[in-house]
Amino acid sequence: MAEFLSLHDAIAQYVEDGATVAMEGFTHLIPFAAGHEVIRQRKQDLTLIRMTPDLIYDQLIGAGCAKKVIFSWGGNPGVGSLHRLRDAVEKGWPRHIDILEHSHAAMACAFEAGAAGLPLAVLRGYVGSELPSVNDQIKFIECPFTGERLAAVPSIRPDVSVVHAQKADRAGNVLVEGIVGVQKEAVLAATRSIVTVEEIVDDLDAHPNACVIPGWAIDAVAVVEKGALPSYTHGYYPRNNRFYKEWDAIARDRDVFSRWIDENVMNQREDA
Amino acid sequence: MSTLDMSQEYTSAEMMTVTAARALENGMTCFVGIGLPSEAANLARLTHAPGVVLIYESGTLQTKPDVLPLSIGDGELCESALTTVSVPEMFRYWLQGGKVNVGFLGTAQIDRFANLNTTLIGDYQAPKVRLPGGGGAPEIATNAGEVFITLKHSKRAFVKDVDFVTTLGFGRDGKGRDGVPNIGKGPTRVITDLCVMKPDPETKELTVVSLHPGVSREDVTEATGWEIRFADELESTPLPAEHELRILRDLKNRTERQHAGE
Repeated sequence: MAEFLSLHDAIAQYVEDGATVAMEGFTHLIPFAAGHEVIRQRKQDLTLIRMTPDLIYDQLIGAGCAKKVIFSWGGNPGVGSLHRLRDAVEKGWPRHIDILEHSHAAMACAFEAGAAGLPLAVLRGYVGSELPSVNDQIKFIECPFTGERLAAVPSIRPDVSVVHAQKADRAGNVLVEGIVGVQKEAVLAATRSIVTVEEIVDDLDAHPNACVIPGWAIDAVAVVEKGALPSYTHGYYPRNNRFYKEWDAIARDRDVFSRWIDENVMNQREDA
Repeated sequence: MSTLDMSQEYTSAEMMTVTAARALENGMTCFVGIGLPSEAANLARLTHAPGVVLIYESGTLQTKPDVLPLSIGDGELCESALTTVSVPEMFRYWLQGGKVNVGFLGTAQIDRFANLNTTLIGDYQAPKVRLPGGGGAPEIATNAGEVFITLKHSKRAFVKDVDFVTTLGFGRDGKGRDGVPNIGKGPTRVITDLCVMKPDPETKELTVVSLHPGVSREDVTEATGWEIRFADELESTPLPAEHELRILRDLKNRTERQHAGE
């Protein structure tokens, strides 16, 4: 049953050093505030899973929280590179990180398989790609019925998943609207889950087929207004495209980046 | 409509986008990559192909954005879509399920067999330049009916052999799709700012089939990292029409204003 916690307490309680953590949100609803709280609490040695690491993992990597990143597209969308990810991979700053890279299709299937309680996901994927030669978690199996060669990847079962959503009701049931990505799958695949929401309402007012995650499938709900900025929350505020462009210059330089983290993350309280 | 008076009044980038847009036919279902493919696909939708169905990997199905998205999951894509599905559904039902006619992709590197590299330059364990990675491309390129590719022509981008095959064109020997069941035709055309290329029907090696106006064979040869071949009957790419340029510029201006936060 979802417990209403402050963001600080939710992260302190459920994100342990060394944990495997998925903070999902496909461009939309990226749980930035939660990521910043992880940085503030100086969590270490995390294995970070995300289809698109985006700025949130660029920040966590640059702040030294990650030992490994599992991803499928590691860029700043429409802008260019994630410079902190690159600096860690290419030069080991601020520490060496391991990477394990997939395709989007494989990661989406792996989250779904995790939610379904299966050990693996099967897809018609990676044909002719050299990714299997650098990722030993991509195998091929033969369909027992047709003989077709199909790709197999292990399901994703994070210790903790963190997602952001529009709203929760007073029982902690959560409504996710707009681009829903793999958030529901991430929550259901994880041992523990934290959902940050823009607001608490009396009634979710959800259509019968809306993406609702029941409160009893979530461990903690934390109210964090604007918790997805600079990404966006459909129906609440737009994506700050300008910041995504500005990030390029901030992240390019280690000192500028470190200053930015000090001023915008370390010196801020969660409600600031 | 007049095209002659426009001949001096478009850029090579506009020539590329207009030509790429014309590759899409009305009624096609197109899985769209971000950047140049997205620009071309939306130009097609706003000109000759109003019925083209655009799908983005963020789950937005049949979307009609008024401005070009900066990211693959901009709110505009969702708000203007017929419906938005989860990302697993997008890849499993719609792409893998065979509902996509064309995948429209960009790339950092492409080789003579149209293999795409968006992973890295150099060696995997010690990369010179780390690129974003595969994203949706590896499965778009094999599960879509066919693939169009668009990118700017340069020796850095057009290499004899890519450093890493992120996404299959026709494999390192041109035979990568032979005998593979349930696989699309692969790249059927590559549109650059200099020319249009198609794979040779036999060898699958990319061959120039059309030169853009004012571009010479030497221009293409110099910008290509292997000895590029030209079709026996080399065509001249039709000029952009006035309305195509006007609609493209309007689209880009609207997009720029919005992304600047105005």
